[in-house]
Amino acid sequence: MPGSRSNRALRFWQVALFLAFLAFWHVATSPTLLPPFYFDNPHKAAFFFGEPLKVLARTWDWFSSGTIYPHLWVTLLETVLAFVIGTMLGLGMGLWLALSPVASALLDPYIKALNSMPRVILAPIFGVWFGLDIASKVALGVTLVFFIVFFNVYQGVREVSYTVLANARILGASERQLLRHVYLPSAMSWVFASLHNSVGLAFVGAVVGEYLGSSRGVGYLILQAEGTFDINSVFAGILVLTAFALLLDWVVSLAERRLLAWQPRGGETEKM
Amino acid sequence: MAVAALALEDITVTFVSQDGGRYTALRNTTLRIAPGEFVSVVGPTGCGKSTLLNVAVGLLQPSAGRIRVFDEPLAGLNRKAGYLFQTEALMPWRTALQNVTAGLEFRKTDSSQAARQAENWLQRVGLGGFGERYPHQLSGGMRKRVALAQTLILDPQIILMDEPFSALDIQTRQLMENELLELWSANRKSVVFITHDLEEAISLSDRVVVLSAGPEAHPIGEFDIDLPRPRDVAEIRLAPRFIELHTLIWRAMKNEVLKSYARQQKQ
Repeated sequence: MPGSRSNRALRFWQVALFLAFLAFWHVATSPTLLPPFYFDNPHKAAFFFGEPLKVLARTWDWFSSGTIYPHLWVTLLETVLAFVIGTMLGLGMGLWLALSPVASALLDPYIKALNSMPRVILAPIFGVWFGLDIASKVALGVTLVFFIVFFNVYQGVREVSYTVLANARILGASERQLLRHVYLPSAMSWVFASLHNSVGLAFVGAVVGEYLGSSRGVGYLILQAEGTFDINSVFAGILVLTAFALLLDWVVSLAERRLLAWQPRGGETEKM
Repeated sequence: MAVAALALEDITVTFVSQDGGRYTALRNTTLRIAPGEFVSVVGPTGCGKSTLLNVAVGLLQPSAGRIRVFDEPLAGLNRKAGYLFQTEALMPWRTALQNVTAGLEFRKTDSSQAARQAENWLQRVGLGGFGERYPHQLSGGMRKRVALAQTLILDPQIILMDEPFSALDIQTRQLMENELLELWSANRKSVVFITHDLEEAISLSDRVVVLSAGPEAHPIGEFDIDLPRPRDVAEIRLAPRFIELHTLIWRAMKNEVLKSYARQQKQ
């Protein structure tokens, strides 16, 4: 494969940058390596910014002792539920409104208002409505995911090529078959374009919901650690969240590649 | 005269835009196509040729006039007609094979039988072995062949073609024209072929209808093409009779083309 050498060089520099950052963090916060240059007490830097080795040790500790798993499981469950429910609702509503001009005209101002509202503010209300268990976090995630998917589906259906549609009609497609074989696949390509966004937001909904009130989850862990000024655990929680956000993103990329095989990719050539 | 496969009688199409503007694309147009007849409609750009086809297939309701298909009045879409579009009409999310089977699938034909038939049609249009490709992996000419197979697999009695080859380069175009003639003569259906290319019209057709420049386009001349079949579209262009016919029809068309050109200059 051409470019693999420069690719490897790129990877090297990416890792080097990360290690340099860790080293800087370590040196700047260690009570012994440098004389204090900003704080009056050598332990204050570590108190405010944590220490990378302790953050890694804490992360390792969570995984080796297994204390993180129930929390991680809850957060991931909330994310997946919010993502699936939000996507389904967005898909359904998007198709319905795009294909029904009357409903679309009627609901247009409400959709716009709901979309421009800062929805994170709903989290405490959901807490009151759905309790402090996972339902309130899922609800928050759903409100975030729904609009992304909804607008993409709406757009996707509106932009179905007139010719493709007319052709399918002439080939004998009923209204139902048009929905199944033309509108839905066309909308799906738009949904997939937004999938990275919506998975990320489902995750945000879960963590923010936990942070605002819960008894389990990674957001809860972070809140607890903040309550005791345990900055290393806060960073460890953020590290775990970031790692799993990247993992989810990767899963989405895999699904995307499988399901959108029909779309042209840049520089695709035939293999002889 | 025997029953026409397709009869457009006294068709007028007036478009009304949202700001109340009116545009009459076709006025009092009558066109009858016999079963098995290959008719080309030529005319300058923007003269309402595509409008005529959209009316014939039932995508567009005429403002006035009647459409009869094998002597039955047309209501809704024309189920006896297949339509080949000028622009891309394949479903990009389906492979070539799945595109060809689409019509059968919509009619709830058994899927393995549909796939077999589609394979057969892909072979006939010269695309055997390309069934698994997606449209974006095919060239423009190959996509047109897939579209042709997609239409012909349903065995329509009337085939409507809207400048189907205009986006192709000249060599590919002549190949496709010859293949079209071959497919058509194997199983003669009625064809209405829209084009702005007079040579293409003469080399393919039994009859050429010339439309006037729009707006309010209407037929201004009809010419029987008495060239022998089978024809090779590249060779027949050199035949003396072809040149005679070309001169004759061009004389009728020329004024309309100039009118259309002058109108475009003004805009």
